This record gives sequence, C-alpha cells and structure tokens, in this order.
Amino acid sequence: MKFTSLLASAAMVLGLATGAVAQDKTKVGFVYVGPVGDGGWTYEHDKGRLAVEKEFGDKVETVFVESVPEGPDAERVMTQMALEGADLIFTTSFGYMDPTINVAKKFPNVKFEHATGYKTAPNVSVYSARFYEGRAVQGHIAGKMTESNIIGYIGSYPIPEVIRGINSAYIHAKKVNPDVEFKIIWAYTWFDPAKEADAATVLIEQGADVILQHTDSTAPQAAAQEAGNVITFGQASDMSEYAPKPRVSSIIDNWAPYYIARTQAVMDGSWETVNTWDGIKEGMVEIGEISDAVPADIKEEALAMKAAMAAGEYHPFTGPLKKQDGSDWLAEGETADDGTLAGMNFYVEGLEGEIPQ
Amino acid sequence: MIVLEKRPQPSKAWSYATPLVAVLATMVFGGILFAILGKNPIQAIGTIFWEPLFGEFAFYYRPQLLVKGAPLVLIAIGLSLGFRAGIWNIGAEGQYIMGAIFGAAAGLAFYPLDAFYVFPIMVIAGAFGGWLWAAIPAFLKVRFGTNEILVSLMLVYVAEQMLASVSLGLLKNPEGFGFPGSRNLQSYESAHNAELIVGSGMHWGVVSALIAVIFAYVLLNRHMLGFHIRLTGEAPRAAKFAGVNPARLILFCLGMSGALAGLAGMFEVSGPSGQVSIDFNVGYGFTAIIVAFLGRLHPVGILLAGGLMALTYIGGEIAQSQLGLPAAAIQVFQGMLLFFLLAFDLLTNYRIRAARKEVA
Repeated sequence: MKFTSLLASAAMVLGLATGAVAQDKTKVGFVYVGPVGDGGWTYEHDKGRLAVEKEFGDKVETVFVESVPEGPDAERVMTQMALEGADLIFTTSFGYMDPTINVAKKFPNVKFEHATGYKTAPNVSVYSARFYEGRAVQGHIAGKMTESNIIGYIGSYPIPEVIRGINSAYIHAKKVNPDVEFKIIWAYTWFDPAKEADAATVLIEQGADVILQHTDSTAPQAAAQEAGNVITFGQASDMSEYAPKPRVSSIIDNWAPYYIARTQAVMDGSWETVNTWDGIKEGMVEIGEISDAVPADIKEEALAMKAAMAAGEYHPFTGPLKKQDGSDWLAEGETADDGTLAGMNFYVEGLEGEIPQ
Repeated sequence: MIVLEKRPQPSKAWSYATPLVAVLATMVFGGILFAILGKNPIQAIGTIFWEPLFGEFAFYYRPQLLVKGAPLVLIAIGLSLGFRAGIWNIGAEGQYIMGAIFGAAAGLAFYPLDAFYVFPIMVIAGAFGGWLWAAIPAFLKVRFGTNEILVSLMLVYVAEQMLASVSLGLLKNPEGFGFPGSRNLQSYESAHNAELIVGSGMHWGVVSALIAVIFAYVLLNRHMLGFHIRLTGEAPRAAKFAGVNPARLILFCLGMSGALAGLAGMFEVSGPSGQVSIDFNVGYGFTAIIVAFLGRLHPVGILLAGGLMALTYIGGEIAQSQLGLPAAAIQVFQGMLLFFLLAFDLLTNYRIRAARKEVA
C-alpha cells in the first residue's frame, strides 16, 4: 500500500469515526435487550424498526443487534454501530443508560435515543411511554373479572416504571372491587420464559385467577392457558395468539410513529434533545382488543376509561390517594406530577409487602 | 464396522491438535448453519474471525478483545487448577459477583475520598469476596463431604440474589432517583480501574490475567504444590502415598479459583462495567469453564482460548449488525466449539479403527 493511500484510508477511518463523512443513506441502529422473536418488548421495537424501513425505503438503512446484555457489551455494540456510520441509534432498555451516555460522549455527531432512562445529553434524547395508563384499564378489568379476588403480578425489576404499573393497576382494581388483593413476584429479568412461567404457576397455585405481567415473553400466557380459568393481558405486544382467553386484552407499545419522526428529524437536521413521555393520547400506548371473554358492560367501562385518558380528561393517579404507610399523597382531585411518577418508589395504600430494597 | 480402540498412552499429538481441529470443524459446520440461514458462509465466518482483528475498525476491536478476554482468562486459570486435581468449582459466576460486590463496596465506602490506597483496598476486598464465596463449598466438602459441584453452583443463585439486593439497597446510588444500581465508579477517580494507556484496552484486570497465566505456569511446572495438584488428578492413589493432604488441596484450589474469580469481578465492576447493577453478571463464570477446557487446562492454552472466545463474541456482534445473523446462531456457533472439542477429545485416548467382522 502506498503511503498516500494509507493516509487516505486513515483519514477515511477518522472521518467515519467522527461521522463527518456525508452519506446518502441515513443509517439507524437498534440495540435490543431480548431476541426480536420475544413476542413482547423487543418484538415491538423491531416492528418500529421495520416501519422506519418501510417509511423511508432506500433513503434509510437499519441495523440491529439483539440479546445484548446491559453493561460493557452494550457499550461495545453501540460503539461498533457508531463506527460503522450509524447516524441515529436507539438503545431500547433501561440498563443501557450509562453505556449510551458514555458512547454518546465519544461520538458527538451521532444521535442517540435511550428508552425509559432519565439521563440526557446534547446528542442523547430519552423516550418512554405512559404504560401506567394501560395498566389502569387492566386493573379495572381485572378487578371486575376476578372471582378469587386474588390478582397475581409478575414484576421484572423494582424500578419506578414497574412500580408505577403495579400502583396504577391496583388503584383501579380496588376501585371496582374493594376485596381485591395483589400478590407480586419479582422475576429480576425482562425476558426469561422459564422463570416467567414458574412465577405465573406459583401465583396461580396461590389462588390468583388474573395474571398481570411486566416481563416480555408469552410464557405466563401459556401457563395460564394450561391452568385454565385464568385471565391474562398481553404485555408490550398484543400477544393475540392467546386470545380470546386467557389473554383478554393487552398493552401494545407502538414505537413506530416516534421512530419515524426521529429518523425524519435526523434527515432534516432538525434533531434536538427531547424528553418524550407519551401515552394513549399520542398513540404510543395502545389497548389491544378486549376479547369476548370480558362481559360487554365491563368492556364498555374499560373503553370509556381509555377514551377519557385519550381526551386528557382522566389521569390514572388522581387523588385522594395515600401511600402504603398511610401518609397522604394526593388530595381530592389532585393529579400526580410527572417528577413524582418518574421516580416512583413507593406503593399506594392497600398494597401488601415491601418493595425489595 | 468402525471400532474405538483405547490407546495404551494418550496421544500427545492429538491432545495438541484437538483444539485446532475443533475450531476448523466449528467453522465448517457453522458455515453450513449460516448457509442454511441464507447468509454467505465464507463472509459470515470471515466477519467473525477477521473483522475484529484486521478489519477497518480493528483499532477499536483489538483493545476490546482484551477487555472481553481478560475476565475469562483470569477465572479460567483459577478453575483449571482445581479441574486438574479433580476439584470441580462450577460456581465461578457467583464468586465473580461477590468479588464485584465486595470490591465496589470497599471503594464506595471511601467515596468521595481521593487517595491512592482506595484502589488497592478494593483489589484486596474483591479477591476476599470471591475467596469467601468459594471457601463455603470448600469448607463443607472438607468438613462434611458435601459435593462441591452442587454447593458452588447453588451459591451462584444466592450471589445473584445478593447482587439484586445490594443494587436496590445497600449500594444504591443516593443520587439515582430511586433507580437500582450503584454510583458509577468510572466517575470516581480513585476507584476507577481505568485503561493504563488510553485506547489500549489494557486495564489492571488484563495485567492481572497475564500475571495469573505466568503464576499458574510456574506453579504447575516448578512447584511441589503444582505437582501435587497434577498427581491428585492423574493418580489419586499415588497422591495419597506421596503424602498429599487432600483437605489442604481442596481449600487451596477452591480458594484460589474463588479469589481469581473475585478479582475478575472487581476489575470488571470498577472498569468496563462501572457500576453494581442487578444485571451486572453476564456469564463470564460459566463461559470460563469452556475456556478452561478449550485451553486444555494449560495456562498458555487458556490464554489462547480466552482470546478465541472473546473473538467469537465480538465477531459475532459484528456479524449480527452487518449481516443480520440472529444472536441465537452465534450462540449455537459458540456451543459447537465446545461440542467438537469434547468430541474430538475422544481421539486423544482412543483411536478409530476399521474392524473386520470376526468369524464366530
């Protein structure tokens, strides 16, 4: 190799590394915590990726790496994508937060989007969905449908997002059924079909006839189907293959519009750091079809609640509400502010057990 | 008819050739797998083995090989000592976690003190944490004759629960808005296991792994204790007559492997990972078992095997993003490596012969 060509290629490498070389195609990378076939969380993010491809066709190239552990491995995968010329990288799990910030520092010209975190930077945005709005609908249906008055809940990690979901579901179940009781199991995983199935089975054995899950696989659905007479809700994805029973409804994360909008922003050069937290109103959270296993009147009430949230008339955390320890939280008619919700680390009054510390 | 015939002496040649043959067989069958998935097999294999070493961005991947390989080598060296003597520590993952917890806890206890002695204390604490976790199965085996395979493995799950507990409680970042996970040690100068030369990937864990290789080599070849370890594995009865104290050997081998796994965890948490979090462990302790066997339980072999394993990880990620290979295919590819190694290992002790049908 001639010295000049060596220099030229070195310059090219440097150029790519800083993202300075103009490209015709916008390259968008996705880092996934689970496999794309998990049928839940990662599956929906990948649907968002495919929607970006469909929307922009030849103008965009997408790449993804699945089942990336949260930690140094994630940092390497992101760096690799940035080195290979990605313009925009979506990192789709809470545990990617610090790695995203680290890599973003090294590649100031690459834009990063971190899902469900709270750390931003000039080239790092965060986005999440108000899943708790969907949990309110689930809580309502669960409270009405349960006969044993025991509702099982499979938690992933005791982080604010998950605690919010538990509180929201409980408040709305309790509202329609004062005798309802929640049993919570922490799985300490986002995706582990075997563990999730075990958790569901244990809850069912303890008398639960409704299973809510904050983990990503369909294993709890399968466990409920096997047990019979237990109802479940699809998590992150519709999981409609288990409809009409055990799956009676679902929370669907619809990332496609956001991913398309952010890709467009990078193309236009109008990308800015944002902190997005959208819900039913904006379409980021969808309620999957409520199946015929749910009586018509309950279905109607659930849909009315959804409509009220979509119209901005109803907030799932509306007072009067007390914390688990009996202290006052929200006064009559008062609604929770986003700051408290974002860092929620307490149960509301009536929930039993402690948040693992 | 093909029959297997036991060799009078294990074949030296095959014992060295097996890892190479296994790698080649993995490439061939892995290539077939990738072809079935509709990818160009030569391109896929090339991406996995070539890109990280000599590709366009090798300047980034080569240091990453050190980062990924160092904990594997450090743990595998410790494990190999026990494995040689027939002492099976399967719980290195748990010892790795405990090392990280102890190391990080020691560092965070000093926060935000800026002093040169913080990091050395963390190193000692990390090694102690791993040692302690391995000492439990060692003590139980010596005292009550329990099975160290089961006890050490079960303690992994206990360690994982402890990890979750400290991430959510004891070591939780007080400025973390209630989210789990400790302070990031990367931003605490005195406790940060930084790269010794920026961009080289060389951190103290890599240095320790290299020292461990040399130390293990000398121990096994030049030291009485090393001789006892080898003797116990190869001829337990002879070892007894030679006056080997089995209890001391068990305590040493398990303790040493635990301490090294603990060190690996400590260097990882204070360096590449940066924080204690619920998902801190990613299976180094288990993968190191493969590395130990792939390296023939020989220190130099383990060094090479650790590098190879790291290569398949990093190359595998590149193949995923460049070629769209599914992660599961990469895992199958790595699994093939161990499978073929064990399969071809047969040839070290046996030879294949075409047998004529004997007349009754």
